Amino acid sequence: MPEEITLQVARYRPEQEDRPTFDEYKVPLRKDWAVLDGLNYIKDELDGTLSYRWSCRMGICGSCGARVNGEPKLTCGTFLTDYAPGPVRIEPLANFPIIRDLVVDLTDFLVKLGAVQPWLIRDEDKPVEEGEYLQTPAELDEYKQFSMCINCMLCYSACPVYGLDDKFLGPAAIALAQRYNLDSRDEGADRRLTVLSQPEGVWGCTFVGECSRACPKGVDPAGAIQRYKLTAATAAVKKLLMPWGQR
Amino acid sequence: MSAIHDVVIVGGGAAGLRAAIAVAEADPRLSVAIVSKVYPMRSHTVSAEGGAAGVIGADDTIEEHIYDTISGGDWLCDQDAVEAFITEAPRELLRLEHWGCPWSREPDGHIAVRPFGGMKKMRTWFAADKTGFHLLHTLFQTSLKYPSVMRYDEWHVTRLLVDDGRVCGVVALELMSGRVEAIYGKAVILATGGCGRVFPFTTNAAIKTGDGMALAYHAGAPLKDMEFVQYHPTGLPFTGILITEAARAEGGWMLNKDGYRYLQDYNLGTPSPGPVLRSMELGPRDRLSQAFVKEQEKGRTIDTPYGPVVHLDLRHLGEKLIDTKLPFVRELCHKYENIDPVHELVPVRPVVHYMMGGVHTDINGATALTGLYAAGETACVSINGANRLGSNSLPECLVFGARAGTAAAAYAGAAAPAGSAVEAQAADEQRRLEADLRGRGGRERIATIRTEMQTTIEGAAGIYRDGDTLAKAADKLRELRERAAVAALDDASRTFNTELTTALELTGMIDLAEAIVHSALRREESRGAHQRTDFPARDDERFLAHSLVYREADGTPRVEHRPVTITRWPPGERVYGR
Repeated sequence: MPEEITLQVARYRPEQEDRPTFDEYKVPLRKDWAVLDGLNYIKDELDGTLSYRWSCRMGICGSCGARVNGEPKLTCGTFLTDYAPGPVRIEPLANFPIIRDLVVDLTDFLVKLGAVQPWLIRDEDKPVEEGEYLQTPAELDEYKQFSMCINCMLCYSACPVYGLDDKFLGPAAIALAQRYNLDSRDEGADRRLTVLSQPEGVWGCTFVGECSRACPKGVDPAGAIQRYKLTAATAAVKKLLMPWGQR
Repeated sequence: MSAIHDVVIVGGGAAGLRAAIAVAEADPRLSVAIVSKVYPMRSHTVSAEGGAAGVIGADDTIEEHIYDTISGGDWLCDQDAVEAFITEAPRELLRLEHWGCPWSREPDGHIAVRPFGGMKKMRTWFAADKTGFHLLHTLFQTSLKYPSVMRYDEWHVTRLLVDDGRVCGVVALELMSGRVEAIYGKAVILATGGCGRVFPFTTNAAIKTGDGMALAYHAGAPLKDMEFVQYHPTGLPFTGILITEAARAEGGWMLNKDGYRYLQDYNLGTPSPGPVLRSMELGPRDRLSQAFVKEQEKGRTIDTPYGPVVHLDLRHLGEKLIDTKLPFVRELCHKYENIDPVHELVPVRPVVHYMMGGVHTDINGATALTGLYAAGETACVSINGANRLGSNSLPECLVFGARAGTAAAAYAGAAAPAGSAVEAQAADEQRRLEADLRGRGGRERIATIRTEMQTTIEGAAGIYRDGDTLAKAADKLRELRERAAVAALDDASRTFNTELTTALELTGMIDLAEAIVHSALRREESRGAHQRTDFPARDDERFLAHSLVYREADGTPRVEHRPVTITRWPPGERVYGR
């Protein structure tokens, strides 16, 4: 195994450059090192001006997404040895405005997340004193997978539809809407239908499936979207058959 | 331009979000700001794995949870605070259930509970082994429905604004733009988590640099019990990634290099095949981490390139249980150690995990400064005493986040707006940051000083301490404080300048490292997580007392002591395994 590997890191400092360029750095190639360890080595030892996000370095906070040799990855869970002898190209996630270097602007996602009302909606809240809403393990399994989304945005980076049209709600926001729709305690599916059944909602998706391949947590947003299309279609048909307002 | 709110919350993890919701529910007319240096769902709450304790079983009682907590804390807990905490914890956990938290369930649909270290009954609620992740996302998503809650995502707070002993806002740097703004609030709640990053080897995320503790300390509020640093006994070598205590609660064994369950040699009980509450592997974290050091001294640990380890054995639990109850453990072992705990032993060693100490608060989160509140790991109420029990910290964030939010809302509703004196303070702070945003010449790199700080504190304030080493560390840290002030800043960009934020974090961390070392030096006894080889016994005569550390004008820490609140549980012996 060679002792070093070259990282080609995308740089963009809006005060200095009008478009991204690449800087090359040689970092130690060690068995345990993730791409993130390489970036931290650069920041600490070589060049304090490199900006990127990271925090938990255990694949759960969702901060450290970037493209590694073109593929969206969590840099804390992607190992340098898998790219030996290199070089390795590290770029910001695709489809988002770049703020600086590897840091992208997530505002759009945060707005969309709020729009799908990702909270438990009840017609009537049971007082906390009366205890928990019962939910069997099987009912939990119905939505559990979609609750595993860490908002890392790899799916948006992978999604060709979002790349062409940023009005598309996108994989994670739809999966999180489904997380609540499929929760046996929730009664808010009708309210979310308005947002999800818009042209930019589930119908934007052409089922390329790249989102589910990119997801580091096995959430399968593509599956969530396909399943919801059926729900939305059924609701549309019901509305035609029963225009006087039955569900 | 500056913004004005009723309540400004610094930090968007479990405590901060719970506080925000509490304010919004107390009075929807109050304007709430959550100012966080990361998007709230990135907060370190996300990494908590094992669970959240709250009495729910028919065979369990509030009294027993209180006793476990107080004895687990080696009688340094304030007992009135513990009582309030444990009484309110189940209701908070239920509230999370009503907000959608995907708690693991019994077959009949009721909440499931699991055993945990130092707990005499099964009372730890869990969402598989990603409890913190689910709790955080549930709180964050729920917070989105309150229109009075406004967020400042990726704003780094650098100062508290204090007018004649009264806190009335913060100054913060917006990372995206480099703007420095005053954000005024009649009340400010600190909820920024702990400061595990002061140490070199920690489970804590990069963001856990103790900003809130440092802000309060700098503004004149005392920190409490800072010498009590929790080492979790099972971290993965190199990364420091946490392997949850739930792995032992589900029946995992700790083995030394001879395959021997060594905890039986440390007054923690006798081994039996299945987990036994308050015994062996389900002893408290301080005692397990101390046992590791003793094993190391006896030459019974295994050497690796990343230090000595022992083994966590989960093989006998079987694939089905591991996949249902501990899937994240399997995922982490696979990804970061390339091993499968279904078939292989997991190498583990003690790792810095949690600060029992923090900003001194009363039972409602109020600090020594009017208008300033703190909750969660940032605060020291104190319910954790000299050693926190696993699964008490998530409910602590909820109970005291809610209490601080409610108290801050009541205070803010009646308080007058900030006086004009703080505008000058805000302008001073803006000038300071503006200068640093243009870069700074200097010979030393931030990382060099940070590494020296981490090595110093690990050497002096680790699992075992002594007076000489602590005194030397105190001198070294003072030197580092001076060097950090003139370290180089190569980055002269206003846009997402993380070199500047790293430098700001470092100066705060050195302050906290000094607070830890000075508090440890003054406590001439051994209690819980604070073990002095030169004072090996607990000394209730002199030290049944909290340490309060104040920052003098020149930066030197000054330590005082104040009595622990004892109500119904007189100090006794900590008994495990029998």
